[in-house]
Amino acid sequence: MLWACVLLPHLALDTVLRRHPFPDQPLALVTGPAQRRVLSAVNAAAAARGLHRGQAIAAAQALCGDLQAVDDDPARRERARDFLAAWAYRYSSQVSTEVPGALLLEVQGSLGLFGPWPAFEARLREDLSALGFRHRIALAPNAAAAAVLAGCHDGLAVTTPEVLRGALSQVPVARARLPGGAAPALERMAIRTLGQVLALPRASLGQRFGAGVLAHLDRLLGQAHETLALYQPPDFFDAKVELNYDVESSQALLFPLRRLTADLAAYLAGRDGGVSRFVLRLGHEGRDDTEVAVGLLAPERAPATLFELARGRLERVAVPAPVRTLRLLARELPPFVPASRELFEARPQQSVDWPALRERLRARLGNDAVYGLAPVADHRPEHCFKRVQGVAEPAPPSGFDPPRPTWLLARPIPLRGPAPRVLSGPERIETGWWDGGDVQRDYYVVETAQGQRAWAFCAPGETGAYMLHGWFA
Amino acid sequence: MGALVSLDTLLADRRLWRGQPTARAASTEPSGHAALDAALPGGGWPEAALVEVLLPADGLGELRLVLPTLARHTQAGREVALVAPPYVPHPRAWLAAGVAFERVHLVAADARQALWATEQCLRAGCLSAVLCWPPQADDRALRRLQVAAESGQSLAFAFRDARAAANASPAALRLQVEREQLRVLKCRGGLAPPAPVPFPSPLH
Repeated sequence: MLWACVLLPHLALDTVLRRHPFPDQPLALVTGPAQRRVLSAVNAAAAARGLHRGQAIAAAQALCGDLQAVDDDPARRERARDFLAAWAYRYSSQVSTEVPGALLLEVQGSLGLFGPWPAFEARLREDLSALGFRHRIALAPNAAAAAVLAGCHDGLAVTTPEVLRGALSQVPVARARLPGGAAPALERMAIRTLGQVLALPRASLGQRFGAGVLAHLDRLLGQAHETLALYQPPDFFDAKVELNYDVESSQALLFPLRRLTADLAAYLAGRDGGVSRFVLRLGHEGRDDTEVAVGLLAPERAPATLFELARGRLERVAVPAPVRTLRLLARELPPFVPASRELFEARPQQSVDWPALRERLRARLGNDAVYGLAPVADHRPEHCFKRVQGVAEPAPPSGFDPPRPTWLLARPIPLRGPAPRVLSGPERIETGWWDGGDVQRDYYVVETAQGQRAWAFCAPGETGAYMLHGWFA
Repeated sequence: MGALVSLDTLLADRRLWRGQPTARAASTEPSGHAALDAALPGGGWPEAALVEVLLPADGLGELRLVLPTLARHTQAGREVALVAPPYVPHPRAWLAAGVAFERVHLVAADARQALWATEQCLRAGCLSAVLCWPPQADDRALRRLQVAAESGQSLAFAFRDARAAANASPAALRLQVEREQLRVLKCRGGLAPPAPVPFPSPLH
C-alpha cells in the first residue's frame, strides 16, 4: 500500500478566503472567549501589516484599521474537510480524515489510472489550487509516515521501507506527531531527531513514555498494522456561503454562486454522478428563506452548465430582502450517463447539444416552456394530444386515419366571412359522455373564399354556423 | 445619358460585371416539391440559411410546404424545433405526413423572447431545422437569424405576414404562398423565376 498525505496547513483560513470577494485585503480569523478574543490565523495582507497569530483582537485592530475579523467556526472547517474528502474520493476509494488538518489517500490502487506518481501528484496539486486550498503532499508506504513526512518536506515521495527509515530518521522529534507530551520531554533530553529516538533501547523507551509512543513508532516504520476510519461519501450535497454583508442584487450573488456550483460539480465528478434537481436557498435576516429550485430534465454535472442554469433561475427571482447566506442543497443525484458522440463528428463551432440547449431555454423561459406533443387515442380534437417533457417515445401507428388538420386551434372560434365551400364531410364526432367533456359535432373540410383549407364543425344536422377548429395548412 | 459608352470600355474599367453561368452544386436539402425544386437554384432549399415564407392568411399550405423537409430530417434522427407556433400541431396529422413527431420540440415563448429563443436554437447547432413566427421582425432581427442559421448550420423557416413582402429582407430565399401557387420573391444564387410555381392543394 502507498499512502499520500495532503496536509492542509491553512485549512481554516483558506476556507474563508476562497469564498471571499476581496481575499487581498487584511483578514483574520478570531477565536477564544468573548473577554479575550485572539487571532487564530491571518492572511498575507494582514501579516504584512504586522499581525500575527495569538495577538489580541484589540491590538490587531489598533495596528490595522480596516481589518476584517471572521469568527473561526469549527463547523465550517469540518464542512471544508468533508468537502475535500469527497473530492479525494474521486482519486481513491480509501480516504481518511483521521489526522486533523490532513487528508490521507491510498494511492497504490489508483496509480494504474492516474499514474505515474509525479503526474498524479501534479493533478492533485492542480485541483487543490483551483479549489483554493494551500497544501503539502507527501507519499509513504503507510499513512502515519505520510502524515509525518508531509509536515516536514513538501513533495517527498518514499515508496520502499528502507528509504522510509532513512527519511524518518531526519524528522525532528517535534514534527513526528508523537502522542502525549513525549516530544518536549525528548527534546529536553537533547534528542532532536527520530533517528536518535529509534536508536534508543526499546524497552526503556516504552517504560518512560508508555506503549503509545512505541505503537506510533511501529506504525511509522510499517511494523504495526494501522486502523483508519475511512471516509464514506454522503448521499446529498449541502454547501453554504455566509456573506458578511447584505446583498441586495442578484448580480452580487453570482460570485458565491459560481463557487457553490463549482463545488457541486467537483463533488459530482467524485461520485461519478449527475444532479437532476437542486435548491438554492437565500437566507435573510429575520424572515423566511427564499427558495429557488433548479430542475433539470436530464442529469448534468458540467460546472459551466450548472452555473449558467442556476444563474438563469436566480436572475428571474425577485429577492424580497437583503441576502445574508446562500446555500445549495442537492438531494437528487442520479447516475450520470454522458451522451455518446461520434468520434469524428463534424459539428459546427460553439455547438451545444440538445439537453444543454433545452436547459438553457427552460432557465430563461420557464420550466414548462420546452415540450413535445404525443398523440392520445381520443377522437375529440381537444384531447388528442398530451404534453410530454423530456424524451418522448415514438408514437405507435394508428389504424385508421381520417383527414386531420396539421394546425389545431387551441379553442374553436366562429368562422367568419362569406359562406365557405364544403369539400368533404360531414364526419360525426360524438363521444366523451363518460367524462363530462361531451362532444357532438359534425366536422367538415371547407375552403374559404381566400382559398384557405379549414376544418370546421357545426352542431349535428345543421349547416351554416361553422366553428373553425383547425387549418389544413 | 447623352454620350454613348461602348461596352468594351465599361468592361475594361471593371464597372460592369459579366455573370458567367457556372455549374452549381446540387442542394442537399430538396424541398420535396418537384416544381419548387426545379425553380430554385441548386434544386432545393439554400443550405444553412433563413427561408422566409410570406402568408396572406393561415391555412394556405404553409405547413404542406415544409412537412416533407421536416419528415426527411426527423426520420434521419435529427431534431427540429417550433418556436412559439401560432396553433397547436396535430400529432396524428404530422405523423401521417411522415414526421417522426417525437423529434419535434415545441418552445413556448412570448413575442419578446421568441426571437431570442429562435436564435439560441439556430446557433446551438443541434437542431437541423427551426420554424419560427416572428411577429414584428425588422431587418436587423432577420439578419441575426440568418447569421445564426449559418453559424449553427441549421435551416431556419420564418413565417411572416405577406404585408412584409414589400420590405427588403436578408433571407436567402423568400417565398410568397398564394392560392394554389408559390411566388419566389428572392433566391440567393440566381434570378427569381418570374412565373409563379404551381402548388396544388391535395383533393379531399
